[in-house]
Amino acid sequence: MRKSPRTGAKMDAIFKNTTSLFAAAAIGIMGTLALPTDANAEDKKVKVGFVTFLSGGAAGPFGVPARNAAELMIQSINAGSIPAPYNTAGVGGAMIDPIFVDENSKQKNADYLKLVEKDGVDMVVGYISSGSCKAIAPEAEKAQKLTILFDCGTPQIFEEIVTDPKYTFRTGGHATMDNVAAARYLAQTGASAQNVAGINQNYAWGQDSWRDFSASIAQINKGSAVATEQFPKIYAGQYGAEISALLTSKPDVVHSSFWGGDMEAFIIQGSARGVFERSKVVLTTGETAMHRLGAQMPDGTILGARGPHGDLAPESALNTWFRKAYFDRFGTLPTYPSYKMAQALLGVKTAADKAGSTDQDAVIGALKGLEWEGPSGKVSMALANGHQAIQDTAYGTYKYDKDAGKATLVDVVRFKAECVNPPAGVNSIDWINGGFQGASCE
Amino acid sequence: MTKSLDRTELGLIIALPILICIAFVLPKWIVNYVQVSMGTGLVALGVMIQMRAGLVSFGQGLYFCVGGYAAGMMAKFLGVSDLFVLLAIGILAAFVLSTILGFLLRRYREIFYAMLSLAVSMILFGLLSSTEELGSTDGFNLPTATYLGWAPEGETARLTLYTITCIVVIGCAIALNRFLKGPIGYINEAIRENELRVEYLGTSAHKAVHITYILAAVVSAIGGVLWALALGHVDPEMTNWTTSGQFVFVSILSGIGNIAAPLLGTFILEIVRVYAVEFSPNTWQMILGTVMLLIIIFLPKGLWSLLTRKKKTKQEKLAASAPAAGE
Amino acid sequence: MLTAIAIAVDGLGFAAWLFLSSVGLTLIYGVMRILNIAHGGFYALGAYSSAWAIGLYTATGSTTALTFLIIPLAALAAGVVSGLIVERGILKFMYGRDEVLMVLVTYAIFLILEDVTKLIWGTESYVAWQPAFYFGTIDVFGIPYTVYKFLIIAVALIVGLVLFLGLNRTRVGKLLLVVIEDREISGALGINVTRFFTITFVIGATLGALGGAITAPEISVSPGIGAEIIVLSFAVIVIGGMGSIGGAMLGAIIVGFARAASVHLYPPAELFSIYLVMAAVLAVKPYGLFALAESRKI
Repeated sequence: MRKSPRTGAKMDAIFKNTTSLFAAAAIGIMGTLALPTDANAEDKKVKVGFVTFLSGGAAGPFGVPARNAAELMIQSINAGSIPAPYNTAGVGGAMIDPIFVDENSKQKNADYLKLVEKDGVDMVVGYISSGSCKAIAPEAEKAQKLTILFDCGTPQIFEEIVTDPKYTFRTGGHATMDNVAAARYLAQTGASAQNVAGINQNYAWGQDSWRDFSASIAQINKGSAVATEQFPKIYAGQYGAEISALLTSKPDVVHSSFWGGDMEAFIIQGSARGVFERSKVVLTTGETAMHRLGAQMPDGTILGARGPHGDLAPESALNTWFRKAYFDRFGTLPTYPSYKMAQALLGVKTAADKAGSTDQDAVIGALKGLEWEGPSGKVSMALANGHQAIQDTAYGTYKYDKDAGKATLVDVVRFKAECVNPPAGVNSIDWINGGFQGASCE
Repeated sequence: MTKSLDRTELGLIIALPILICIAFVLPKWIVNYVQVSMGTGLVALGVMIQMRAGLVSFGQGLYFCVGGYAAGMMAKFLGVSDLFVLLAIGILAAFVLSTILGFLLRRYREIFYAMLSLAVSMILFGLLSSTEELGSTDGFNLPTATYLGWAPEGETARLTLYTITCIVVIGCAIALNRFLKGPIGYINEAIRENELRVEYLGTSAHKAVHITYILAAVVSAIGGVLWALALGHVDPEMTNWTTSGQFVFVSILSGIGNIAAPLLGTFILEIVRVYAVEFSPNTWQMILGTVMLLIIIFLPKGLWSLLTRKKKTKQEKLAASAPAAGE
Repeated sequence: MLTAIAIAVDGLGFAAWLFLSSVGLTLIYGVMRILNIAHGGFYALGAYSSAWAIGLYTATGSTTALTFLIIPLAALAAGVVSGLIVERGILKFMYGRDEVLMVLVTYAIFLILEDVTKLIWGTESYVAWQPAFYFGTIDVFGIPYTVYKFLIIAVALIVGLVLFLGLNRTRVGKLLLVVIEDREISGALGINVTRFFTITFVIGATLGALGGAITAPEISVSPGIGAEIIVLSFAVIVIGGMGSIGGAMLGAIIVGFARAASVHLYPPAELFSIYLVMAAVLAVKPYGLFALAESRKI
C-alpha cells in the first residue's frame, strides 16, 4: 500500500479564509495578460499568422518545410527579389510581418482567436491537417478574418462545412485528384491493375485516399479485385506483418498514401523484402522522399506530389529561382508542402498588388476567382464561388540515374485539373462512382 | 450533507458573477481560453475527485469524448441543438457507460486502474478513428446551441453559451465539493490511506469507488459537451491517451486540495502554453516541461498552494488541531 | 497454413522489437517504482544517435559490417550520457515522492528530451538502412524475411537472458533483488540503495536507447517516434506484470502475435488490438500475468 503524505488536511482549513482570493487572483492574472501589446503596427506592415506543425510527427515532413518556405518567401517578397511578375517589394506595398504558431495544439480554435484578437493579424495562412481545417473554417467565418488554408486535403471544407465562404480560401487542390490521377496514370502507362492492394494509415487521410483510389480503379478497370487492404496505425513505423500480407496476397498494384517517416519506413522495409519487385507500387506523396532516399528508392515506383510540385513542377523561371533559393538556404530541395506555402503567399501577393492595398475586403475581393502563376504552374480559384483552387497534377515513375548519382522521374504524365477533379457542386465519391461524368481529359 | 455553505462554496458563488462579467470586460481571446478551460477543467475535476481516493485515471478522455460525441451525434443525426437536451444526453451516455465499466474498474488500484482506464479509452479512440460516418479522425462539426427554442446568433450566442458554461461549471464544482465532504468523500480519503482498514470497518470500498467513478464520468461528459459546443467541433483526439494524460498532469500540478484548483490550474497552464508558443514556437515543449518541473520542485502541493501559502504560518496550529472538512 | 506461418514469424519479429523497447521500462519500474515516461525520450535519442552515426560512417564509404558495432555503441553512449544526466541532475532530488508525481516528473523530462533531440538533430528525418540490407533475405515458405529481423529476435533473446542471469546469478543482481523486495531494510543492511538506483536507471535508459538504435536501420528516424513507443511499452509491461523481465517478454509476445493476427485476419482491428488484449488480460489477471507478490501492509 502506498503511504502518501496527507496533502490537503491543513490546506483546506487555511483555505477557508482565502477562497475569495480565488476570484481576485484569477482576475489579477487575466488583467496582466490583457495588457495591450503593441497593436499599432506601422502603416506599411501586414501582419500574417502562420500555423503549421512545428512539433510532433507531421513537423519534419510537412510543417517545417512549409515554415521554411514561408520564411524564404517573406524575405524575398519584402526584398522584391522574386522573378517577374513578383519583383516588387512587399504585398500591396506593405511588408509582411510574420508570427508563427504550432498547429500541434489541443486548443486550435482558441489559438486561432488569439492570433486574430490579441496579435491582431491581418490574415492567417496555415493548417495542414484536415481536422484542423474542419474546425477552423467555421471559426474564420465567425471571426470574419481572411484565412488561407494552404495544404489540408479534405474535400468537405467547401462541400459541407462552409458552403458559402466569405473569409476562407484554399489555395491548394483537394485530395481527390491525387488518387484519381494515380489510377489514371496506371491505365495510361499500361500497367496491369487487376488485383490491387492498399496500405494506408488508419485515419481520415488514409481511409479517404484508399476509398477514392479503389473506387477509381474499379471504374477504370472493370473486373479488378482488391487483394488486401491494410490500415496500420499512423506513426506505427513497423510494417513487417503488413508487408507479409502484401506479399502473400500477390497484388499487381500496391497503393499507399503514407507520408513522412511512415512512407520512408515502408520503402525501406518493403524494398528489403521484394514488395517493389513483385508489385507496382504507387506512392501518392512519394516525391518528398526521392532525393532523400536516392538509390534506396526502387526504380519503377510511381510517385506523386499532391499536385505538380517538386520534381513534377513544369519548367519556369520562377520554379528555377524557387528551387535554387530554397536549396541555398536550407540545403535540401523544396518538397510539396514548401511549394504549397509559396503558392499561397504568391496568391496573397498577386491579390494585394491587384487591389493596391492590404485592406481585408480589397484582398478578399481580388483573391476571389483569381488566377496566378506559382512555382508549380497556374493556380485558379475556380471552385466554391472562387474560394477553392484547382490545379493540374502529374505523376511520374522513379528512376535512379546511377552515372549522375541523381534521382529522376521518367514517363511523367500531366493531368488537367478538369480531368481529375469533380465539377463544381458534385461530391467527389459520387463523381468517381458515377464514372467521372463531366471530366475533360486531353 | 452540510446544511449551510462552506467557504469554498461561498467563494465559488461569489466568483460566478465575476466570471460572467469577465466576458464583457476582457478581450475576446482570453474569454475564449477561459471558456475552453472551463470545459477541460471539469474533466480535470473528474480526475481530481478520483485522485482523492488514490486512483489515477489515465483514460478520463473517454468520458470527455463520450459527452462531446453524444451531443454531436444528437445534433448531426437528429438535428437537436438544444443545449439542455444535449447536456442531458451527454450525461446519460456517460452515466450508462460508467455504470457498466465501473463494475470492472472498481476492482483495480494504482497503476492498473490507470492502465485499464487508458485501455478502454483507447479502444473508443480506435473505433471512432475507423468510423467514416463520424468523420474518422477528422471528427465533425456541431451547430450553434439553442436554448429551449431560443436561437441566438453571433455575439449573443457566444455570451449566452459562456454564461451558461459558467453557471454549469460552478454548479458542478459546488456539487462535487458537497460530495467530497459527504460520507463517500471521507471513505475515499480512507481508501487512499489504507483500503484494508476501510474494509475492516465494514464499509464497501468497491461501492465508494464505483460511485466516484460514475460521478467523475458525468462531470467529464458535461465538460465534453460544453467544450464541444464552444468549439463547434469534436474529434477522436478527445479520447486519445495524450489528452487524458494532460488532465492528470493538470490535476497534479494544480493540487488536489481544493475543488477550484483544477479549474484555475487548467486555465493557468493553458496560458503558460500559449505564451511558450508565442515566445518560442519551435521549442515550447521544453519551456512547458521546465515550468512543470519547477512547479513540482518548488510547489509540491500544486499551484493552489500559492494562494494559501501566505497564511500558512498563522493558520498552522488551528488547522492541525481541527480536522478539516472536505479535505 | 501460410497465414499461420506468416502470423508466427511476423508476431515474433514484432514481439522482439517490443521487448527490446520496453524491457528498460519494466526494469526501472521494478527497482525504483518509477513509471518512466522519459523512456520514450531515451528510445528516440538511441535511434537518432544510431542513425546519425551510421550515416556519418557510411558516408566515408567503408565496409557496412562495422555498422553492427556502431549500433550498440551509439545506444551505450546515448543511454549512459542521458541516463546519468537525468538521474543525477533531476530524479535524485525527487526520490520518495508520490508515485504519480514521479510520472509527471518523467513526463516533463520527456517533453524536454523531445526538444533537445530536435535541437541536436533538427526536424529532418534520418535513414540508415545499410545494416538492414547487409545480410539480405531468407525465404520462409516463400515469404522473404530480412535476416536483420532474425538478428533482432536473437538480440532480444540475448538481452532477456543476460538480464535474467545477471539478476539471479550474480552478486550485484541478488543485491538488487533485495532492494526491490524492501528498500528500507536493504538500506539498513548497508546496501547503497542510491547507487543501485543510479545503476538501474542508467541500464534502463541504455536499454531504451538500444531499442531505438537497433530499430533505426528499419525505419525513418523522425520527430515524434519517442511518443509512439511510450504507450505501447506500457501496454506490454502491464500485460506481463510490472517489474518482471519474464513478464515483459511474455507481454511482448502476446501483443506481437495479437497485432500480427489482426493484420492478417482483420486489418481494421489493428488500431486497437493491443488495447483490447490489454483490457482482456487485466480483466482476468488484474495485476498482469507475472505480477510480483506484494506483502499486505495493514
